[in-house]
Amino acid sequence: MIDYTSVLAGTIQAIPPSGIRKFFDLLSGMNDAISLGIGEPDYPTPYHIRDAGIWALEKGYTKYTPNAGLSDLRRAIQTYLKRRFDLNYAWDSQILVTVGGSEGIDLALRVMVEPGDEVIIPTPSFVCYAPLVSMARGVPVQVETKVENNFRLTAQELRAAITPKTKVLLLPYPNNPTGGIMGREELEAVAEVLQGTDIMVLSDEIYAELTYGRHHVSPANLPDLYERTIVVNGFSKAYSMTGWRLGYLCGPKEIIGQAIKLHQYGIMSAPTNSQYAAIEALNEGDNDIAVMREDYDGRRRYLLAGFRRLGLDCFEAEGAFYLFPCIRSTGLTSDEFCARFLQEQRVAVIPGSAFGPGGEGFVRACYAASMHDLSEALHRLEQFLADLKK
Amino acid sequence: MNDKLLALLEQDCTLSTEQLAALCDRSEEEIRAAIEELEEQHVILGYHAAVDWARTDREDVTALIEVQVMPQRGRGFDRVAERIWQFDEVESLYLMSGSYDLACIVTGKTLREVARFVSEHLSALEDVTGTATHFILKRYKDKHVIYETKTVQEEGFVFS
Repeated sequence: MIDYTSVLAGTIQAIPPSGIRKFFDLLSGMNDAISLGIGEPDYPTPYHIRDAGIWALEKGYTKYTPNAGLSDLRRAIQTYLKRRFDLNYAWDSQILVTVGGSEGIDLALRVMVEPGDEVIIPTPSFVCYAPLVSMARGVPVQVETKVENNFRLTAQELRAAITPKTKVLLLPYPNNPTGGIMGREELEAVAEVLQGTDIMVLSDEIYAELTYGRHHVSPANLPDLYERTIVVNGFSKAYSMTGWRLGYLCGPKEIIGQAIKLHQYGIMSAPTNSQYAAIEALNEGDNDIAVMREDYDGRRRYLLAGFRRLGLDCFEAEGAFYLFPCIRSTGLTSDEFCARFLQEQRVAVIPGSAFGPGGEGFVRACYAASMHDLSEALHRLEQFLADLKK
Repeated sequence: MNDKLLALLEQDCTLSTEQLAALCDRSEEEIRAAIEELEEQHVILGYHAAVDWARTDREDVTALIEVQVMPQRGRGFDRVAERIWQFDEVESLYLMSGSYDLACIVTGKTLREVARFVSEHLSALEDVTGTATHFILKRYKDKHVIYETKTVQEEGFVFS
């Protein structure tokens, strides 16, 4: 009999299973549950974008594309990034189309990280970074950001985390789960700390289109950071295209060139059909984004006002589509809170502890849900909090 | 703000004042005052539910009737339109450009009831010079609402 633990790589076995898998299994068995758990837009992809995908199928465009992606798509990405974020990337050497933003993150880490290299990850943040760093045999160095700093990474926190082994700084902004963003000022402070080092910045900008009140600034907008920054973006959140699995990676051509090599062996090319739809999204989708953003913004204000009315402290998220209220006043841990809230009131939110150091004491609620669901969730929360006090 | 408020209410008139306030980024008092004013000005005329009667036991028949009329001196089409909309069977009435003048949507319990309405009431009006009745077989979409059972894909509880 094979002892599989001796067959499996130590790196993958060392990665703990997702703590909230059980939670999702529980949730999927409940028909009347309201889920504010999954970070996914509640709209279907705008029809004109779906139609472009249908059109490509009708035309029989079902073969591989170039490894780096359709040239028309890369040109469209170049134009879009310039138009929306004043970012300069050449389509033929600095842009790679990937299978979701997640593949981009994985590729960027794997082409840079060597065994023992440290990757600084501000937390609370999305769950994939540390495991992907570990799989590249790097060492994740998690840096806890604070609600009193609006969950931004400060120069001081960054400086304290840097060692001679630091290879990459991950910047997950606009942030999932906190809704924090980094403004130009904070990025300038980061640039100052990194000056004179070879530390690279991997900027996960999947929520760049979803900021409220102010425009997203990329580290690559700063001349001092441009040459050391790799930008990850994608179509899932901006255009409600999660299931199309499409993202892109932009950066110095030396880095992108190596990432294409890895992508060509592991993936070959991103789904052809999705790429045709994505061209339509970039060229004709600005209005879709504007409408969704305004809609999310309204729901953000509604849920925020609701949490505060019920006595939960909550940071006013400036980006993405999550609120991250503090639940310490209930006396429960975030795990207990979420398990009981789901069992007793059938509402799913995610424990902050799942997002790394600094997340305990908070829960993540995704407000990309219908007003009806948000209203019902608040109603049930009120009941839940009242029951706790009994 | 009013345009946004009206668009939201047109889409879902069950939204609470609190929800409308958050969506419009205004206070609840401002929302209440705005709605009251819009109702007084007859900008808001009513609040409706979108009902798919085809899913109930109620059997009814809807027809779109093209109506040609002789406009009256000084009153144009309005006088005859008013005489037509008085009938309870008339669900909607529009003045049209093109080959006929009024589009009249009529609902009745049976085909015979609609036919009787056309022959006895509508055609009997002296200003009506001709009608063409088209029965509606199926409603797919009305006022942006789709009248079809939604099918959903199998979704993954993906931690994202």
